[in-house]
Amino acid sequence: MSTTFWIILAGAVATYLTRVGGHLVISRFDNIHPRVEAGLNAVPAAVLTTLVAPAALGAGPAEWAALIVTAIMSLRGGLMAMFLAGAAVLILARQFVG
Amino acid sequence: MSAEAISESGVKSDFWDGVRLSMPVVVASAPFAVLFGALAVDNGFSVLEAFLMSAMIYGGASQMVGIELFGQHVAPWLIVLSIFAVNFRHVLYSAGIGRRIAHWPVLQQALGYFILTDPQYAVAEARAASGQSVGFVWYLGLGLPVYVFWVAESALGAVFGKLIPDTHALGIDFLLPIYFLGLVLGFRKRPLWLPVVAASAAASIVAYKTVGSPWHVSIGAIAGVLLAVILPPHHSGVGKRP
Repeated sequence: MSTTFWIILAGAVATYLTRVGGHLVISRFDNIHPRVEAGLNAVPAAVLTTLVAPAALGAGPAEWAALIVTAIMSLRGGLMAMFLAGAAVLILARQFVG
Repeated sequence: MSAEAISESGVKSDFWDGVRLSMPVVVASAPFAVLFGALAVDNGFSVLEAFLMSAMIYGGASQMVGIELFGQHVAPWLIVLSIFAVNFRHVLYSAGIGRRIAHWPVLQQALGYFILTDPQYAVAEARAASGQSVGFVWYLGLGLPVYVFWVAESALGAVFGKLIPDTHALGIDFLLPIYFLGLVLGFRKRPLWLPVVAASAAASIVAYKTVGSPWHVSIGAIAGVLLAVILPPHHSGVGKRP
């Protein structure tokens, strides 16, 4: 079995633990400590930001334009509108600045 | 008509009620499934591996993160940890939905948790909040189409991803940061969002420049989460219910 397969299998087990784990843990406690809950709430934004910030810093004008348009779209549209607008700007801008 | 036949047609209509509600989710997730397949192949996955990842993990954002790190040759344990970190929010969905499905047989619950995605949670919780019971058949009708299309479209994307000649001109290498920025902005209504994002951004950039590539993810994420834990709870809006 390849390394990739084991990554997928371990990732699947880890993911299933998150999906079943909240119920298993919470059903044993009456309430979560507020600081733990605050930390849990911060997890998605914290993880995802680390995948954007360094990539944005190392990019060029075409990528920056795409990110800015994505951010502006977020004020009105949903995820799909944001993504499509950002991608369209990226593809268009790359035809000019490569 | 016997009582059995009546209850059977009730079960059928429950299932199709769920299927109807699943359609917007199927449509909205389709481009991401195809994109995932294409990017997975671009990052060194085979078509079979892309298919398996969608079938076994079934979590879009975490799959994107996984293949991105895989392409950067990050250590396998860190890829798995990152998948776990991105999916960690499901712990909260699990805790929330557990009350609604606790009356199902254990095997049905086990399957129910496997398909507990963001929209699955949102729609099921909305049904429960409106006073209707969340039954297994309805829940399956809601989740099954999303799952089947997600897996099939991932494989399709992987097959077609191999045919794309110039991925740079089509911007494929930078679509993920755009997608992740969209996700980050989607969380902006959460308390402490801006401080957490600022802390994670700063820490990940510094770590990227100093420690190097794979570690900036963990270090940046820990910085943001620690900030939320350290700040007094009244800043983070927890402990009181809206």
